[in-house]
Amino acid sequence: MKNLIKGKSNLWEVVLGLEVHAQISSKSKLFSSASTEYGSEPNSQVTLVDAGMPGALPVINEYCIRQAVITGLGLNAKINKKSVFDRKNYFYPDLPQGYQISQFQHPIVGEGFLTIKTEEGEKKIGITRLHLEQDAGKSIHDQDFENTFIDLNRSGCALMEIVSEPDMRSGLEAAEYLKKLRTILQYVGSCDGNMEKGNLRADVNVSVRIPGEKLGTRCEIKNVNSIKFIQQAITFEAERQIKLLESGEQIVQETRLFDPNKLETRTMRNKEESHDYRYFPDPDLPPLILEDSLIDDLKKNLPELPDKKKERFINLYKLKEYDAEVLVSEKDVSIFFEELVKGREPKLVVSWLTGELFAFLNKKNVSLAESKVTVKKIADLIDLISDGTLSNRQAKEVFEVYLEGSKTAKELISEKGMAQISDEKELSNLIVSVLDENEDMVKDYKSGKDRLFGFFVGQVMKLSRGKANPQMVNKILIEKLKR
Amino acid sequence: MNQFEKLTIKSTIQHLKCKDFSCKELTEYFIKKISDNRKLNCFITETPDHALEMALNSDKKIDNNEIRAMEGIPIAMKDLFCTKNVKTTAASKILENFIPFYESTVSKKLWDSGSVMLGKSNLDEFAMGSANTTSFFGNVINPIKGKNNSDLVPGGSSGGSAAAVAAGLCLGATGSDTGGSIRQPASFCGIVGMKPTYGRCSRFGMVAFASSLDQAGTLTKNVDDSAIMLQTICGYDEKDSTSSKMDVPKFSEYEKLSLKGKKIGIPKEYLVDGLNSEIKKSWENFSEEFKKIGVEIIDISLPHTKYSLPTYYIIAPAEASANLARYDGVRYGYRHQNVDNLDDLYEISRSKGFGDEVKRRIMIGTYVLSAGYYDAYYIKALKVRRLILDDFIKAFKKCDLILTPTTPNVSFLIGEKQDDPLEMYLNDVLTVPASLAGLPAISVPAGKNKDGLPFGLQIISSHFNEALVFKAAKFIEDTNK
Repeated sequence: MKNLIKGKSNLWEVVLGLEVHAQISSKSKLFSSASTEYGSEPNSQVTLVDAGMPGALPVINEYCIRQAVITGLGLNAKINKKSVFDRKNYFYPDLPQGYQISQFQHPIVGEGFLTIKTEEGEKKIGITRLHLEQDAGKSIHDQDFENTFIDLNRSGCALMEIVSEPDMRSGLEAAEYLKKLRTILQYVGSCDGNMEKGNLRADVNVSVRIPGEKLGTRCEIKNVNSIKFIQQAITFEAERQIKLLESGEQIVQETRLFDPNKLETRTMRNKEESHDYRYFPDPDLPPLILEDSLIDDLKKNLPELPDKKKERFINLYKLKEYDAEVLVSEKDVSIFFEELVKGREPKLVVSWLTGELFAFLNKKNVSLAESKVTVKKIADLIDLISDGTLSNRQAKEVFEVYLEGSKTAKELISEKGMAQISDEKELSNLIVSVLDENEDMVKDYKSGKDRLFGFFVGQVMKLSRGKANPQMVNKILIEKLKR
Repeated sequence: MNQFEKLTIKSTIQHLKCKDFSCKELTEYFIKKISDNRKLNCFITETPDHALEMALNSDKKIDNNEIRAMEGIPIAMKDLFCTKNVKTTAASKILENFIPFYESTVSKKLWDSGSVMLGKSNLDEFAMGSANTTSFFGNVINPIKGKNNSDLVPGGSSGGSAAAVAAGLCLGATGSDTGGSIRQPASFCGIVGMKPTYGRCSRFGMVAFASSLDQAGTLTKNVDDSAIMLQTICGYDEKDSTSSKMDVPKFSEYEKLSLKGKKIGIPKEYLVDGLNSEIKKSWENFSEEFKKIGVEIIDISLPHTKYSLPTYYIIAPAEASANLARYDGVRYGYRHQNVDNLDDLYEISRSKGFGDEVKRRIMIGTYVLSAGYYDAYYIKALKVRRLILDDFIKAFKKCDLILTPTTPNVSFLIGEKQDDPLEMYLNDVLTVPASLAGLPAISVPAGKNKDGLPFGLQIISSHFNEALVFKAAKFIEDTNK
C-alpha cells in the first residue's frame, strides 16, 4: 500500500473527507433579489431577508436550484425530487436571522462520485450529498479598536455544500479531488471556483488508523483556503494525530483551525463546545419539489464534462494523455484550445499553449480569462510560424511584448525587422558569399570534414542576422556544396 | 347619540358615496373617540396625522368618483404588521422604537383599497397570549364591564383590535391568528373575528410568531363587514412562499349560497370539561335553529382533538424560538449598553427586551428542538398535527361545516389566570385545532351570559371555503338579534 505514513512504531493510513462550500454563480442571492457582486460597498447589497428584518420572508431563487441540479448531474449524483429547507439555529453577529437556511435531512442532491488520477491509476471518490444553504455575512474586526463591523453583502448568497465520502488517503488525493471538483463546477457553470475570493472553500476531515482497522476519531479542519494549504494542513494534522496515538493518548473529536503562517492546526472548539443547531424544517418555505421535466431538460443540456472532453481530445487531436489532462483541467483553456486548433497543427498548438502561454500567465499571475489574451492573437503568431515567416525562436523572443501590446504579429515583426528570409534567390546570394569567403573550409568539407556543414549554416545565419529560414538554408547549402 | 356610532363598514361606504358626510369628518370623530378612550389602552401608537391625510385623499377619490373597496374606512392596524415609517413594536420592549422602512402586504392592500389608518393596536407581546396582558405597553381593557363594573380582559392576542372595534373606536381592525388570536378576543368582545385559510393572506411584513400557523384576518362589527374587509387582504403574494395561488372568490356574494340541505357537524370532543353551561346551551340552540332552515345536523368525531393543545404548544414555541432569534440587539431594536462581550450583548439585550411569556415560549421551543428531545417532542407533534388535519379531512367528507363554541368560557378579570400559564393556554383549546389544520374559522357573537358577557360560536369549513363560513355566520348573526 502506498501513501502510508511511518510513525515511531507503526505505519499509519490517513483517511480524508472534504466538505466543500461553493458559491453559486448567480446574479442574486438564494432567497432574495439582492446582487451578489463581489467587492461592492459594504451593506450595499442587502434586502430585508439578508438583514433579518421583522416580517421578512425568504423566496427561493429558481436559478440557484437549477445550478444545484446541474452540479449534481455533473457529479453523477442522484437528484432528489423532493428536498427540504431547514433552519440551522445559532447566534452570531454576521448571521442576521439567528439561523441559517440550509438543508439537513433531505438535500437536493444525494450520492454521486467523481474520478481522480492517482499514481495507481484512476480512483473513484464518493460524493455523499450536495445541499443548498445561505452564506453568512462578514465580521470586520480590523477597522476599529473597539467595534466590530458587519458587512451583510455576502449574507444570503447561495452556497452548495458538497460532502465527500472519506475516500481519500493522502493530501495529494485530497488536492486532486478538489481540483477535479473545481473543474466540474466550472464546466457546468455553477461556480467559478475562485478560492482567493472565497467562492470555493474547503473543510477537511482528517483521521488516521492502522490499515485494516476501523476508522479513527476525526478532526475537522476549517479555513483551508488553497489547494496548497490543504496539503500542508493534512500533513501537519496527520502527524499530530499519529504522535498522540503512538504516545498512548486519544484523539478528541473537535474542530481545528489551520494557520497558514505557522503551518499548524489548533483547536477552535471541541465537541462539548459544539453547537446544538436544533435543525427543523423552515416553515417559511414549502418542500422543494423538482419536476421531471426540469431534470430532463438539464440532463439534455448538460455541458460536456472534463473526463469526456479529455477522451475526445485524445481521440480527435491525437494528444498525449498528459497534455489532454492539462488542457481540460480549466474549462476556459479547453475552449481556447479548441478554437485555436481549428485548421492548425495540434502538436504546435499544444506546445504554444501549455508552454509559452502558460509560462506567460504564470509570470503575470493571471488566469487566461483575466489576461484578455484572444484566440486570434495566438493564432496569428502560430500561423506565421507555420508558413515559415517566423522561426520558433523568433516567436518566443517577441511573445511577451506581442501579448502585452496592441500591434498585430505582422506589424511587430516588420517593425523589428524580424521577418525570416525565405526567398530562395536572396538566400542563395547569402550562401554564395559565405562560401566564397571561406574557400579553404569548402575544400576541407569536400574532402570529408562533414562537421563543417554546421559552420556554414552558422555563418549564413550570422550574415542574415538570424533571419534566414534555417530549413531553406540547409536545403540550398547541401545543393551548393555538392558542386 | 352620535350619527357615527352605529356605522358599519358596509353602511359607511354607502354614506360616503352619497356624501352624507366626508371621510375627514368621520376620521376626526374616531380620532377624538380614541383619545377619549385611552384608558382602554387599545392603541400602542395613534396616527391621527396619517389618518387625516389618508381621509383627505379618500375625500378626493370620492369627489373624482374613484371609489375603492374600503374607501375612507377608518381602521386599526394590529401592531404586528409592519407599517412604513410608522413605529411597529409587536408590543415588545425589544422593538419599542422600531420604525420599518417597508410595508406589510396586508396593510398595503388595505391602504391601496382606501382604508384609513387610525393607529397601531395593542396586542400580546409577539402575539403570545390569550388575554392581552403580556404587552410591554400594558394590558388592554375590554369595553364590556364585568360584575361591579370590574375590568375584564379583551382576550388575545388581538386584544387591542377587538376592544377597539367593540368600543366603536374604529370600523374594523386587522388581527393575526396563530392559535385563536382573532377568534377568542372576538368572542370575549362580542364581535366577529375571521381567520381565513392558511395561505389566503400574505405573511410578508407581519412580525412572525409561528410561521406555519400565523394567519392574518379581520375583526369587525358584523359578518358583512368581515367579508368586505377580508376581501381586500386576501390574495397570492410572490413575497410569501406559503401564500396560496387559489382564486379568491367574491366573499360578499356568500349571500347567494344556500344552507338548505347542507350538513353541519357537531364534534363531540369539543364538549370539553369546564365548558360554560350557557355557552353549551347556545351551541345546542343554534344547532336547532340550523335544523329549522333545512340544515342537517350530524354528530361527528375529531378523535385527536385532545392532543391539539400540547401539539400546538410544541410547534408554535419551536418556530417562535427561531423566529425571535433575530432580535439580538445587533442591527435594530433594544440593545443593552455597556456590555463587555458578545454573549452579554445577546443575553442582557434579550433578557431585558423580552417579557416573561415570550421568554417562556422561547425556552420551550429551544427545548423541544434540542438534540435528544427533538424526536420525542417536535417530530411527534408534527405527526399528531397531521392526524388532526386528517380528522378534519375525514369529517368534511361527512359534513360541510363544523359548529363549535369559540371559547370554553367568557372573558375574565384582568390578572386572573396570570400565575398559571397552563390555565391560560386552555383558552385556546377550541380554536387551536383549526389553526393546526390551516382551516378557515370564524367567531360570531351568539349570545350573552347572565352577567351580560358575550360569547361566540365558531364555524369551521374545509380549506378555501370561507364564503360558506360567512353564510352560516350570517345566519347566527341574524338569529341572535
